[in-house]
Amino acid sequence: MIARAAALDRRIALALALGALALGLLLPHVLYVGLATDIVIWALFAAAFDLLLGYTGLLSFGHAMFFGGASYVAGLLILRAHWSFFPAVAAAVLAATAIAALVGAIAIRRQGIYFAMITLAFGQMLYFLANQFGDWTGGQDGLQNVQRPTLIAGIRLDNDTLLYYIALAAAVLGVASVLRVVNSPFGRVLSAIRENEPRATSLGYRTSAYKLVAFVLSGALAGLAGALFVIAHRFTSLDTLDWHTSGEVVIMTVLGGIGTVFGPLFGAPFYLIINDRLSTLTTSPGLVLGIIFIIVVSVFRRGMIGELVYALRRRRHVEHVAPGA
Amino acid sequence: MLEVRELHAWYDESHALHGVGLDVGKGEVVTLVGRNGAGKSTTLKSIVGIIRKKRGSIRLHDEPIERQPSHRIARMGVAFVPEERGIYAGLSVMENLTLPPVVGASAWPLERIFALFPRLRERARSPGTTLSGGEQQMLAIARALRTGPSLLLLDEPTEGLAPSIVKAIRDLILEIKRDGITVLLVSQNVRFAAKVSDRHYLMVNGRIVESLANAQVIDREHELLEYLGV
Repeated sequence: MIARAAALDRRIALALALGALALGLLLPHVLYVGLATDIVIWALFAAAFDLLLGYTGLLSFGHAMFFGGASYVAGLLILRAHWSFFPAVAAAVLAATAIAALVGAIAIRRQGIYFAMITLAFGQMLYFLANQFGDWTGGQDGLQNVQRPTLIAGIRLDNDTLLYYIALAAAVLGVASVLRVVNSPFGRVLSAIRENEPRATSLGYRTSAYKLVAFVLSGALAGLAGALFVIAHRFTSLDTLDWHTSGEVVIMTVLGGIGTVFGPLFGAPFYLIINDRLSTLTTSPGLVLGIIFIIVVSVFRRGMIGELVYALRRRRHVEHVAPGA
Repeated sequence: MLEVRELHAWYDESHALHGVGLDVGKGEVVTLVGRNGAGKSTTLKSIVGIIRKKRGSIRLHDEPIERQPSHRIARMGVAFVPEERGIYAGLSVMENLTLPPVVGASAWPLERIFALFPRLRERARSPGTTLSGGEQQMLAIARALRTGPSLLLLDEPTEGLAPSIVKAIRDLILEIKRDGITVLLVSQNVRFAAKVSDRHYLMVNGRIVESLANAQVIDREHELLEYLGV
């Protein structure tokens, strides 16, 4: 009975992982490759966000600072210094990590709405800084005409489909590392903090250190997504740093299901595809998306994938409890 | 090993402890008895650093700990099992059990825990809060023992539990005592306390009014029960 219950949990995870991977491999054949690449990038961004919201219980409202910040760092290094793919992406991730460490050290002292407000404030600060230093960032124009970097000696990433699969590989690595973290002893401490922080403290954990590490990991992976974004789009702009971007990643994560890792992988395409289709039909896709969001949140309180996982687990639990109860 | 002097503590704005003083020697089992609101739980929470607003001195192995944060006190070998048990719903029984860090040499290995509580092994993969109340209490105590504490604080471990489970907890405390672990217990269950404790402190309105040897408690059981209204 025990073995079967655990096997089912693993089966759910495996099925979702394979489903997400199959979707990832098929995507460029179903959609145009630009949208497919966006989906993969945002899915990674949302999974990184879920590490913080779903597993640590911290709602950041400034995650655009890592995504956008990294997109500017990678963009500048490629545009001005002609760095190739791997060094540029690595430097952008490092920059996002540094920003996250700095902001996290301050924000982590607060909880709930105060934490959200502090992260929002830092996000806006970076937005205004980027706007201010127009000589570097291009101000309102952003960084235009960022040529595709070379992947390795001689191979430029001009082929959109090749870039798609590289982004997919990066996203798979990113999501795998999130899974590795949440399923580790470290991840269990994070879960404990989310559920009852004072209790985790009195069990012997300095919870602020754990929250900071989660914040930094989440920021670093959001930075990876941001670096891929500027490379894929050949430009970046202040939009990537805007609070609206921070809000979009919240919506994708909640739509998919917080605290599931896999939920955001499905929430991101759902959001982006609907947004893409709507923008050809209406001038205000935001209104329709807002209504869809309200419906999903009130009907599927745990998000789409979250409800699915919950229903499967519940069925197991009923089987599990019935004989003894 | 534990020495509390002139301890004042505040719960929000209310002054809950008015100069508590108590001593617990190594290997002793000591119980705090008193009515609801007398400050028994507040005393435990002040010792483990959950209540920060306090004054006075708390020394563990002759080291002052009253300014230490809760996580550090835990790492110094003080394990606290709160009245609400603090079992995590989001973690399995096994994950709950192995969550806290091992801090002392006397840490119970899992085999010993499972030998004593076979139910915990059977339900190892179920969510922690799907256990019955008694099983959750066992899990909470087992979780504390796995860390190898030198001082174990138990807040109302028998409250609301069936007599058979109360007896199991009694046997467990006696076994802990044989291991040389010091126990500070809060209990309104005088009969239970008298079976496991060496000494008792009677608390009234945030003060310790009387220190009683176990024999005195047994003699005065009726009077105490009447006073406590249980």
